[in-house]
Amino acid sequence: MMTVATAAPSATLNNNNAPVLSVQNLSKEFGGLKAVYNFNLELAEHSLIGLIGPNGAGKTTVFNMITGIYVPTTGSIKLYGEEISNLEPHKINHLGIARTFQNIRLFSNLTVLDNVRIAYHTHAGYSLYDSILRSKKYSTRERELTEKAQDFLEVFRLEDRQTEIAKNLPYGEQRRLEIARALAANPKLLLLDEPAAGMNPAETVDLMNLIHFIRDKFNLTILLIEHQMRVVMGICEGITVMDFGEVIARGTPKDIQSNPRVIEAYLGPGAAALSEKFKRKKNQ
Amino acid sequence: MKKIQRGTLIFGIGIIVVFVAIQLLVQFKILNSFWFTIIRLGAVMAIVSLGLNLIYGFNGQFSLGQWAFYAIGAYASADATYRWTQLHSALGILVLLFAVVLSGLGILLIGRWISRIRGMDALSQFALYLIAIALLTWMALLVAKTLDAPVTALLNAIPPNISLQIVFFLSIILAGLIAAEVSFLFGLPVLTLGSDYFGIATLGLTIIVKVLLDNSDTMLGFPEMKGARGMIGIPKITTWFWVFSFLVLAIVITRNLLLSSYGRAIISVREDEVAAKAMGIDIAFYKNLTFVIGSFFAGAAGALYAHINGFLHPNTFNFIKSFDPLIIVVFGGLGSVTGTVAASFAWALVLEGFLRLWLPQGFETWRFVVYPLLLLIMMLLKPNGLLGSYEIAYLRDHIPSLRKKDKAQIQPPSTYPTAATDAQEVKS
Ligand SMILES: Nc1ncnc2c1ncn2[C@@H]1O[C@H](COP(=O)(O)OP(=O)(O)O)[C@@H](O)[C@H]1O
Ligand SMILES: [Mg+2]
Repeated sequence: MMTVATAAPSATLNNNNAPVLSVQNLSKEFGGLKAVYNFNLELAEHSLIGLIGPNGAGKTTVFNMITGIYVPTTGSIKLYGEEISNLEPHKINHLGIARTFQNIRLFSNLTVLDNVRIAYHTHAGYSLYDSILRSKKYSTRERELTEKAQDFLEVFRLEDRQTEIAKNLPYGEQRRLEIARALAANPKLLLLDEPAAGMNPAETVDLMNLIHFIRDKFNLTILLIEHQMRVVMGICEGITVMDFGEVIARGTPKDIQSNPRVIEAYLGPGAAALSEKFKRKKNQ
Repeated sequence: MKKIQRGTLIFGIGIIVVFVAIQLLVQFKILNSFWFTIIRLGAVMAIVSLGLNLIYGFNGQFSLGQWAFYAIGAYASADATYRWTQLHSALGILVLLFAVVLSGLGILLIGRWISRIRGMDALSQFALYLIAIALLTWMALLVAKTLDAPVTALLNAIPPNISLQIVFFLSIILAGLIAAEVSFLFGLPVLTLGSDYFGIATLGLTIIVKVLLDNSDTMLGFPEMKGARGMIGIPKITTWFWVFSFLVLAIVITRNLLLSSYGRAIISVREDEVAAKAMGIDIAFYKNLTFVIGSFFAGAAGALYAHINGFLHPNTFNFIKSFDPLIIVVFGGLGSVTGTVAASFAWALVLEGFLRLWLPQGFETWRFVVYPLLLLIMMLLKPNGLLGSYEIAYLRDHIPSLRKKDKAQIQPPSTYPTAATDAQEVKS
């Protein structure tokens, strides 16, 4: 019981052609409230998909079920074809899913560097005895993982902040640090919950840039929650729209933008008709 | 050979200087027996409090059980050395040895087995462990009895001074281990509750242990412990060397643990359990691990304590006193090793030393008015504790500076292909 948990077996799961993530008929009830109802989603390798919808639509609840924080009421979640909906959160992380939180959850009293270094603990590669006895293995592995963590900080332009206490960072940097931390766990699938919330337009563009960049560089599949529709339009290849716990639309950004159900979900009933009228007027 | 860090060097020199200075003061009777006891008490308290700081300060699990493990360690080791010196029998230490080793092996084996099968709940695990340990302890008793005569003869063959030290040293380690094993069993069902419930449950444990000790001669069947009358005749062999060595060991172990991947995992549980889980940290495992290590410290410290005065009384282990290490940890700084050690000695010197001497006869009880008042003032002025999260250089993490790299390779270009479209999108 004293050795670090076994390394992620995700490598063995990679060989078949199953989608990265396959969610079927997922539902979650909170004492009668159907927060998520009959949710389906399939993510292909290397895709960048947006999950949008107004506040309270059930997006975060979907994330919480995928990462094992909530146990689904019904439905199945498969990662590379393997059922994960009955696993504990830390095991799901070991299998290759990492996430960020809507209301940033950093280890706020730890340094920026330690926030990232925590991600390596399952594959730190030294035992409890190594650490207590300060063996050679401890020293080399610790140096290696510190360097790796520093590399991640550089990707996110946080390298000058490494000894800073996380809670003292400005908001935008906290958001970036949280993504860096998730990424350091070496996931196959990255779930980002409203990463641009609270950012100004320039920062948002910057962040979307970064997300696009890491997707390519680390060969990730990314599922991104956003409630401002505009933000995801530019970078997502596909979008799923939720409202009141259900999927109301699915498609490319273009399709979604003109979908009347989506417009109504965002702007209220009757909005679609209004918008049509508006467009027609403009065209005339 | 790697370069020795400056902090480590200073720490090493400091250790030697402190050890020699106190040793000389004691040797030349400049420090009378009253103050000598106070200093040793401070060191013992520092070990107990370091354990608690791991559990509460670093892992975030509020515990009042540290005192129960302290008591268990004290009585377990006292019984072993008492039997050796007074009854001239190695049975005490042998039973302790085999019970601890066999139970430990049992726990490891069952633990490995349980980790393979999924979804066994904590209570069933607890029951399984309990049955196994009861069986193994019974076996230990049998083994110890058969080995008693030869081992006693063997120990008698070496000089009595040395054999006593061997028995004493073994009893300290075993006292720590037995406390660790009890804490493992206790923590299994209880650590899954939240921190507040955990605090209440551990308080319950402290009360139970005290009641058992009150009736140790009748309920537990250890007539030599003499129940509520107090156990006498324990050899007074806790020297400055022993307490100081164990304190240094406790500091080094704590530091090495905290400045590792395991330490970061332990602290992350305190910081945010949900985030820790999502980052792949098995929080149940780390809560258990920390609780077990912290209790080991308490048990070993109890053993050292038992051999200072040569007298143990259940009242010493009253739950009211279980707040002492808690107050020390809060006072010194939750999550500061330096602060905990400093506050432990301050506690011993001020509360057990000066206040006891300075307050006029019959007014000693006023200590317990002064003490909370000091604490209150402290909480108002410095709520993070005396030293906050300050650590001496030796206890701090040394982060290597960044290597020079080609930034263009690892950072996204400022104009990534999608940026243009996206920027217009957002601006419009
Ligand atoms: N732990 C919970 N207990 C009760 N209700 C919850 C819980 N988590 C979410 N909900 C409810 O589920 C619905 C969906 O919430 P959420 O998934 O957070 O929405 P979104 O992320 O799309 O804004 C909301 O009505 C919310 O109040
Ligand atoms: Mg949300």
